[in-house]
Order: sequence, then C-alpha cells, then structure tokens
Amino acid sequence: MADVAVSANAKKRKPAKRKAGSVQSPYSLPTAFAKGDVFTRASAVVMGLGNIVRGQFVKGAIFLLIEATFIFLFIKNGIASLAGLGNLGPVTEQSQEWLCDGQPLADGQLVCPDGSNPVFENLPATNSVVVLLYGVAWVFIIGFFIVLWASAVKSAYKAQVLATKNGKPPTITEDFKDLFDNRVHNTLMSLPTLGIFVFTVLPLVFMMAMAFTSFDRNHNPAFNWAGFDNFATVFSRTGSIELGVNLGLFVRVLIWTLVWAFLATFLNFFLGMFMAMIILRKGVKAKGLWRACFSMSIAVPQFVSLLAINLMLQPQGIVNQTLQSWGWIDSALPFFTDQWWARSVVIIVNLWVGIPYTIMQITGILQNVPAEIYEASKIDGANGWQTYVNVTMPYIFFVMTPYLITTFTANVNNFNVIYLLSNGAPTPVGDSAGQTDLLITWLYKLTVDRYNYNVGAVIGILTFVVLAAVALITYRRSGSYQNEEGFR
Amino acid sequence: MSETISGEVHGSLKARRITGDVIAYIFLIVMSIIWLVPVVWVLAESFNKNTAAFTTTFFPTEYTFNNYVLLFTDTNVLNFGAMFLRTLIIAIVVCVISVFFVLSVAYCMSRLRFKMRRPFMNFALILGMFPGIMAVVAIYFILKAMGLTESSLGTMIGLIVVYSAGSGAGFYVMKGFMDTIPFSLDEAATLDGCTKWQVFTKVILPVTKPMVVYQAITAFLGPWLDFILARAICRTQENYTVALGLWQMLQKEYISRFYARFAAGAICVSIPIAILVIITQRLYQSSMGGAVKG
Repeated sequence: MADVAVSANAKKRKPAKRKAGSVQSPYSLPTAFAKGDVFTRASAVVMGLGNIVRGQFVKGAIFLLIEATFIFLFIKNGIASLAGLGNLGPVTEQSQEWLCDGQPLADGQLVCPDGSNPVFENLPATNSVVVLLYGVAWVFIIGFFIVLWASAVKSAYKAQVLATKNGKPPTITEDFKDLFDNRVHNTLMSLPTLGIFVFTVLPLVFMMAMAFTSFDRNHNPAFNWAGFDNFATVFSRTGSIELGVNLGLFVRVLIWTLVWAFLATFLNFFLGMFMAMIILRKGVKAKGLWRACFSMSIAVPQFVSLLAINLMLQPQGIVNQTLQSWGWIDSALPFFTDQWWARSVVIIVNLWVGIPYTIMQITGILQNVPAEIYEASKIDGANGWQTYVNVTMPYIFFVMTPYLITTFTANVNNFNVIYLLSNGAPTPVGDSAGQTDLLITWLYKLTVDRYNYNVGAVIGILTFVVLAAVALITYRRSGSYQNEEGFR
Repeated sequence: MSETISGEVHGSLKARRITGDVIAYIFLIVMSIIWLVPVVWVLAESFNKNTAAFTTTFFPTEYTFNNYVLLFTDTNVLNFGAMFLRTLIIAIVVCVISVFFVLSVAYCMSRLRFKMRRPFMNFALILGMFPGIMAVVAIYFILKAMGLTESSLGTMIGLIVVYSAGSGAGFYVMKGFMDTIPFSLDEAATLDGCTKWQVFTKVILPVTKPMVVYQAITAFLGPWLDFILARAICRTQENYTVALGLWQMLQKEYISRFYARFAAGAICVSIPIAILVIITQRLYQSSMGGAVKG
C-alpha cells in the first residue's frame, strides 16, 4: 500500500518535461546572415564592426582587438605549427654541420658570406613531441577563435535588432548587468570550461594522436605517423616482445580491470551505506564519535596509508611478524606474491580507503531527504523496512547514480591504489603487466618505464572505449538521467 | 487480555531493539578497530626511538619525539619543512579556485537552462572516462611551453593551475545535491527581485553548505594526495610536494634512515586534513529545515 501511495505521489510531483535542447536564442548564426544588414554581415570579416556602427564602442573594440591578435599570432606561429603536423620528424638523425649565424654554409664555400669562420655544430634531431604539441595546440586555438567569431557575428546582429527595436542597443553597463542575470551561465562557465579545454582536453587529444605515431623507445625524439599499426600490434596474438604487448595480455588485464572496478564500486557503496545507516540508527549513541573513527583514515592521505599498508603487509612487515609471534602462521602470508591474495588485498584495502567517504556522503544525503516524504509514508502505514526500500533507497540511488558511475570510471582508472599498494605484483616473468595491474597502471609502465608511448596511448584509448561503452549504457538507462527533475 | 498481549508485543519489541543495538555496537567497535589499526601504527611508529626499517613489535619499545624534530631541522638530504609549506599554499589556493569552479558549473547545470547544458554534461561525463595518466606527459610539455617548469615559484604556479583547471568537470556530485533543492526556493527569490547571480549567492550557496565542505575537502586533498602529476612536473627536489618527499623517504637509498621519519611526516601531513574532517562533522546538519512550507 505504502509504496503505491508514495510512488503515485512522486509521479504527481514530476513537472512537465522540459527539453533542454529547445532553448533557442533568436540570435543564431544562420539568422544573422539571413536577416542581418550589410554591417552585420561585414562583422564576419571585420569583427566588432556591427557593434561599433550601432554605438557599442567598447564591445566592438574588444572584438576587433581579438581578431587583430589572432591574425598576428597565426601568421607569426600558427602557419608553421600547423604545417609541422604533416611530417612530425623531418630530421630523424642527429647530425653535424658547419654553420654561419645559425644558417648552413652554402655548398663549396669555406668561409661565411661576411668573411668570418663558420662554426661546427651538432644539429639535434627534430623533437617531434614539441612539433605535435604545437600543432594540436593551434588546432585548438583556431577552434576557440571560431567560437569567438561566431559570437561576434551574433552580437552584431543582436545590436542591429535591438537598435531598430528600441532606438539604441544596450549599453556596456546593461550588457555587464545581463552577464550576472540572464546570461550568468556565460560568466560562471567560461573559466572552468577554458581550464578544462587547455589542461584536460588538449593533453588528451595530444596523447591520443600519439597512438597513431611510431613514438617508442627506438623512435625518440623524432617519430612519424604510423596509422593503425599500433592497434594491430596490440590485437595480434603474437604481439610484439619489443613493445611488451599482445592480445592475451591485453584481455587478461582488461578482465581484471572490469572485475576490480565492479567489486570496488559496489562493495564500497553497499558496505558504506550499511555502515552509515547503522550509525544513524536510533539506538546508537555518540554518532559523531563513530563517524570520527571512520574519518580518521580520511585524515591520513590515501597515498601515505597505502604506502604504510604496503610496508605492514611485506613478508617481514608488521602483520606477518605479529601473526608469526602469536604462532598463528608458520611462514609469511603471500600478500603480494600469490595472485589471488594480492587481488583480494587490493580490493579490501580499497574498501578501507573508500568507505569513509561513502559514509560521509550518504549521511549528508540521508539528512536531506525531504521530511514530508517520510511523513507521507508514515501516514500510509509503512513500517521501517518498507520506508527504507520504497523511500530511502530510491532517493539514495537517484542522487548517487551519477556518483556511482563516476566512481566506477574512477576505479577503472584507479592508479594510486594499485601502483602504490601492489605495483601490479605478482608479475609473471617476461610479462609487461602484473596480475593486479589495471589497464591504467599497465599504460603507465609501458610509457614511463619502457618509453613505448605509442602502445601506451593505444591502451589508453582502448580503456576509454571500454569505459564509454559500459558507462553510457548504464547511465542512459538510469532514472537520474532520463528524469533529471524527478525528485522535485 | 488485550493488555497482556500488547505488553508482550511491547516487551519483545524492546528485546529486539536491545539485541539490535548490541549487534550494532559490536559491529561498530570491530570496524573502528580495523579502521584505526593502520593509523595507530603510523602514529606509534612516528615516536619510535628505534628508527631502523621493519621493527618486530607492533608498538615501539622506547618512545621519543626526536623523529619530528629531525624531520624539520635536518634539512640536508630532504627539506621537509619547505615541502610542507609549499604543499599547504598550493592546496589552499587550489581549494578556493576549484570549489568556486565546481559550484559555478553545478549551479548552471542544475538551476539554469541554456543551449549548451546537455552537451556540456555529456562532454564532462565522457571526459571523465579518459585515463588521466594519459595526459600527464602532455601537461608537462604544456607547462614547459608556458615557462612554468624552471623556477620553484613557477612550478608552484604550474601545479596550482593544473590542479584547479580541470576541476570544473567534477560537478556531478554537487549537481546531484543541488537537484534535490526545491525549485520553489529559486522562484520565490526571483519574485522577490533577485537576479540569477543573487539566487546563486544568497539562496543556493547557503543551502549547499554541507556539500561545499565536502567539495572543499576533496579539493584540498587533491594536492596532498597527488603523486603522479607532481612527480611528472616537479623534476628537482626543490620543487617537491610532501607526497613526493614522503615517497622519497621510502626509496631504497633512504628507507633505513627515514623509516621512522616517514611516519612522523605522515602524521604532520595528516594534521591539516584531520582539522578539516572535524569541521565537516560539525557542519553536518539538516541545513534546509523549514525552507519551504506547504
């Protein structure tokens, strides 16, 4: 009974579905070109012209300045950087040459044009990493400029429309005020978005490009494009001993990564929720004290506690020493030498690290459940268990689904726990990945220890593909995505 | 008749509740011990007079405060004090910037409706699926191109920028929390003449306080916990953060001399974090009681 009433109530509360995509501004780029006058259209060539003509001098000047800066930088650096993308490593070998003021000596000459003696110098091979980075960076700069250009044209059109409608376009003060009201999302989002693009997206694109090059330890620093060769190597059964990859190894690491991420995420969530609810139980006193106990492990940096636990679990570490002195075991427990021990250890230690955070979050969420939902279920005669199953659990799941998915992806990419705790141990002789290595630590070993950046990048891309497949399917099916506003 | 029945039911309910409480307490005590053992071990080890690696007893046989003194005074091999101060500054700045970023993005995603909202959310979700390690090498080159890898100050700024720049993408938890705040609060504020900026600062922010603290702690912890990025960016010991310093202490050439000092360092690093955790505990309370009536 109770659940029917509650869910009916919840359904009634659902507001009409608002489609986010349908929020359309009347000042789009196509309309600007279709309906704009000559000045508006000319703004596509001389940015800010439309604004200046309508009297928005400051705004127009800013657009004009942006365009001038871009053109200057593009001619100075951009063309060369983009051209470099075509052929990453023109000079693959170190060489020596006679130079005059940095220019090579002309054929058959013994002295420089100005009469001085030429200098014999080492010419380094091309640093293809830098060439690639600058090329990718310029692609981004151009993309960013196109966004600004579009906004300049739209702004010119908007000024035109408002000038005809109101006699004069909005002043700079009005524009400024609008940035804190109707367009506050532009103000708030610009810096975070810029940060994400420069320090997250750009590096990722750069590294993804490396998967299609020959950048391994034999091609450093000069390398060139290699197409899909590296993918073929990873997916071939024989693989490459030089690069340290083959299909069998990849599948083994992949399966363990998925098992690990699944166990780590869900054990953490359910045990954490269980413990949070026990602390919140009516009869339990000193709730703050218990929470403080569990929060102690948050206070110790994860990386310190992982190193400390690693020390404690060593063959001559404190755990084995103590157990031996008590006479419980004869020889040291194989914490990091047996694959199943090692796998259990990393999962359990990860619980130790993660559960306190879950307790904190779930406590916060539980205290935020609207009291009237509880009241309603009480009036409908629900007992404690029914209230839990029909009210508390859906609520927690609703709020936590995005968190669970991000935790799952974070666990697939959980570098710290594996690297600092087991470092992939035990590693079978001759393999580049150990039994507890995740794709991410394997990637790290391939790149940092073995300098095989190309296959490392391939592993990175494959990690992403796996994650994207798993996460997008679950996320699109989850209630909090389909019905974002369901709990209002 | 009916009285006795209700009395019995009452009695058995009470007995059940007491059993439940006892089980709950036993469970909590066992769990607390498991959670505290590594912490206590590090604490005990930090006062160990025997500084050799791998001692044979759980608690030290003799205690001393010397490890802490040496940690900060013996700066020949590792200047832990400087590393500590550097990390503290980085963490505070990063904390402020990234809390602001996360709040801004979460507010826009949760309360406002604009064209790029859905695309941005999907984009951030996809971005989170890329292994972060992949980007580390590239980030170093970007900072190098910006000239932020040479001097000690430059590295510090570089670390601050790197830690806080991408933080806006981690808005999901905060957004999930904001989604539970009734929309009627915003509407009431708008009717009272608030701009959207004022709704953000005067309505949403106060209500979100417990989550802000959570966010602040995670942001503050980032630089303390981060090891990989710091290791890629800080190439010399003058630029090290505490994580790198502590890690260094457990390397083969250092461990025999720094084993106990590692524990002392770990305790020092934990202190700022412990203070933050205590603050969080205090802030947990139903922050929205009575905000919306009938």
